[in-house]
Amino acid sequence: MKKLFREFFKGVIKENPTFVLALGLCPTLAVSTSVVNAVGMGAAATFVLMGSNAMVAMIKNNIPAKIRIPCFIVVIATFVTIVEMVLKAYTPGLNRALGIYVPLIAVNCIVLGRAEAYASKNTLMNSLFDGLGMGAGFTLALTLISSIREYFGSGKIFGYALSHKFEPVSIFGMPSGALLVIGILLILFNRLKGRKS
Amino acid sequence: MKNKLTVNISPHLHNNESVSKIMWIVGISLIPAGAAGVIIFGLNALTVMILGILSALVTEWLMQLLAKRRITILDGSAFLTGLLLAYNLPPGVPLWLPAAGSFFAIAIGKQVFGGLGQNIFNPALVGRVFLMASWPKYMTTFTKPLNFDAVTSATPLAVLRESGVIENISYLDLFLGRRGGCIGEVCILALVAGALFLFWKGYISWHIPVTYTAVFAAFVYAFGGDGLFRGDWFFHILTGGLILGAFFMATDYVTSPLTRKGQVIFGAGCGILTAVIRLWGGYPEGVSYAILMMNAATPIIDRFTRNRIYGTMIPVNRK
Repeated sequence: MKKLFREFFKGVIKENPTFVLALGLCPTLAVSTSVVNAVGMGAAATFVLMGSNAMVAMIKNNIPAKIRIPCFIVVIATFVTIVEMVLKAYTPGLNRALGIYVPLIAVNCIVLGRAEAYASKNTLMNSLFDGLGMGAGFTLALTLISSIREYFGSGKIFGYALSHKFEPVSIFGMPSGALLVIGILLILFNRLKGRKS
Repeated sequence: MKNKLTVNISPHLHNNESVSKIMWIVGISLIPAGAAGVIIFGLNALTVMILGILSALVTEWLMQLLAKRRITILDGSAFLTGLLLAYNLPPGVPLWLPAAGSFFAIAIGKQVFGGLGQNIFNPALVGRVFLMASWPKYMTTFTKPLNFDAVTSATPLAVLRESGVIENISYLDLFLGRRGGCIGEVCILALVAGALFLFWKGYISWHIPVTYTAVFAAFVYAFGGDGLFRGDWFFHILTGGLILGAFFMATDYVTSPLTRKGQVIFGAGCGILTAVIRLWGGYPEGVSYAILMMNAATPIIDRFTRNRIYGTMIPVNRK
């Protein structure tokens, strides 16, 4: 049980997919304009990560090594399709806001990266928790980036206005602002990590 | 005998120059343009300048403190960045705007890369573009010249973009700065005086500013009118931030190429990009974007214009 928890927390901090592994940055840049989008994207990616990790861990011994990547992609795409259909059916607004980035989870480097680097070598339960941890880390990173961007870019959090004491810095809502915020957070993250070790 | 001969390694000849001296003298050469800006737009322009400089100095100090670097706020470079940023702002901006711009210019444009000499982009222009992207409303509201009731008026280039015709304004007015515009860019006379001073001191060479202006003028003359070779190139040189940009910002040592050949390419690139943005782009003015784009191209220009060292073979491009 302790080991499972370690697998989970590893994804949140020590191997955070966004800030440490620097994987899956395109969806991070694209959907972090508002916290609602970010949480939705994070949840979708977490589901896909858990599903694909579990599935890959189960069938890893039956996949020939030479064609493992196409097999992983088929597994991942299956889960992405499920997510996309669910989003379309129950949260059409969120689906519209996330747009093309929902189907693009299929080629998100985090998902394929974890399937290749972790799930294809580890047991089912470990892989499941690794997926959960990675998903949580991704969601947290997205939430952090998007709260900074939404607050400075439009003066709102979760779509609610917090204060009107300053003029929104609209660059934070633009793609360049996303790169800036991620860069500054990476500096802070590396700094904190460096201090610890 | 032993004590009388000192053996020393080269260089044996020194002159008195230092980075800090050059920075302060460039600052001095910008005084006429600033004074003209204050005369034309009133004391508000002076406040904007002071706030820009103060914020740049404080940010430099804070960032160097945070990064545990040597504190060098008095070497003139942060002063110059703040001053140049203020010159690139409209005179009637709210007073927090120059402070925010200078903060961004120094913190993100310069110190994040490692301080003076390490930055890829001209910090003052980074600050200006940040403000332009963040608060376009303030950055495009200009006050009327020689009118102290804060009446707004468009710049000649903005009028040209809106209506497609060149405003009826004399070349003399443009030359002396009786037009709407940013604080430091309006008075061409003062800018040219400052630039001549720098040429005389040998701090800037003609390569970048002259090719920049000439290529720009040729391009506008060729494509800027209602037919080939009918553009009003003189109007285009005198308006906007072209002179300020070409003589004081494109010539920044850190972000421009090292060799003469490279500087000519750099200047020509700036000229073409500025003309393209002004004639067909979305903004009325393109000097800052043109210089920033060429800043990004500077490393590659440097790589392909390396001078041949005398007495050696043509250098092989190492990886």
